Amino acid sequence: MNPALTLATTRRILTQLRHDPRTVVMLILVPTLLMILLRYVFNSTLVFSRVAPALLGVFPFLIMFLIASITTLRERTTATLERLMTLPIGRLDLLFGYALAFGSIAVVQVALAAGVSLWWLGLDLAGSVVLLLVIAVLDALLGMALGLFVSAFARTEFQAIQFMPVFVLPQILLCGLFVPREEMGWLLRWLSDVMPLSYAVEALTRVTASSTVDAVILRNLVVVACCALLALVLGAATLRRRTP
Amino acid sequence: MTNSALEVTGLRVRRGGREVVGDVSFSVPRGAVTGLLGPSGCGKTTLMRAIVGVQIVEAGTVTVLGLPAGSPPLRRRIGYATQNPAIYADLTIREALRYFAAVLRAPASDVDRVIDEVGLADHAGKLVGSLSGGQHNRANLAVALLGEPELLVLDEPTVGLDPLLRDELWALFRRLADGGATLLVSSHVMDEAARCDRLLLMREGTLLADDAPLALRERTGAADLEQAFLHLVRAAS
Repeated sequence: MNPALTLATTRRILTQLRHDPRTVVMLILVPTLLMILLRYVFNSTLVFSRVAPALLGVFPFLIMFLIASITTLRERTTATLERLMTLPIGRLDLLFGYALAFGSIAVVQVALAAGVSLWWLGLDLAGSVVLLLVIAVLDALLGMALGLFVSAFARTEFQAIQFMPVFVLPQILLCGLFVPREEMGWLLRWLSDVMPLSYAVEALTRVTASSTVDAVILRNLVVVACCALLALVLGAATLRRRTP
Repeated sequence: MTNSALEVTGLRVRRGGREVVGDVSFSVPRGAVTGLLGPSGCGKTTLMRAIVGVQIVEAGTVTVLGLPAGSPPLRRRIGYATQNPAIYADLTIREALRYFAAVLRAPASDVDRVIDEVGLADHAGKLVGSLSGGQHNRANLAVALLGEPELLVLDEPTVGLDPLLRDELWALFRRLADGGATLLVSSHVMDEAARCDRLLLMREGTLLADDAPLALRERTGAADLEQAFLHLVRAAS
């Protein structure tokens, strides 16, 4: 691990994005626009307040998953990864460089969506804004780390795109957004329990509903952070210096 | 301890169930330009990948600058340019090189030096993705020159270039070798072979010849290297 190389990688990725302003605008605005849309679809601040916290986690999770899996796949298929593997850079330097670049975009993305939801759309937040942001950013990082990891199993961008419905949609269906987790049958409940997004959504919902920071929120934060870290380390294991 | 930059013994590589490099042994002297010649698909790229240490090999040893291929200390001492440009298309030439220079801990001044060396000074601010094929190739070559590596492994660096640029690049290779660097340059164009100090002729995964260009012509009695190569191919089959 070498912080200078991690930062150089972060700077390189952010520079690449700077040359693609359309992507940057979409990254930053889309979650916010979806929150606005959601607010007027429900047409009631009460219902909006019930589902909004979960979606503040879900939208960045989904977008970061897509962006990260496509970017890393590109790095693999254009042979820049192979070149980097012949150079003195650690695999974790590369992955943490990615995490830092996308993490900083996630901060902007989430801050805007949360800000608009709180001060314009009437989201009622009982707990701390900072904690809400921390959970949502962690959630975006989790999406990014999963995207990095699964990109190892895609050979083409078509396949990578399709991993989104495979890895992300089941988590959204089972995270308690549509049906409370307590009402699920044992199998679905078990599936929901092993999916990291469920913990993020539960934490977001609790922060919105109550001002006390209870043990469940902290436990869930740790679970989400550990899952993101695990996915990053697994992702590092898929970067091979020697290939057949 | 020998004076060779590269020592390959009994190298065998299998890819997709097929032997693409079969029992190849040779050595490459320091401070010289060695050409790796052969038709496309003969195993040149696989051999180069084994030398830079990214290829899983079946058997044999590859010793680079006195160390086993793929050893971490070598990563700063070898410059490798793949045949297909491996450089970020959505960065400018300068930005991309700045990143690779940072990875190599090369001084910042290196970026402008290598841009000049490959003749891209007028295009340094252009996006890599908007370059012509030949410019793209040269940008890719520039990455390999960063940090003044002791060994340069260049896979078809002159493909798609006009004769003038090709001539300039070969002059650059000569300058680098005169400065003490060792170059292994692959090509499938026989007229480039004459510009090398030594030649490795490859065909279907095996080495047909390992000699100096002049010696090769004399040995085969051929008028030029193309004929010499054909002579060797016929003799082998």
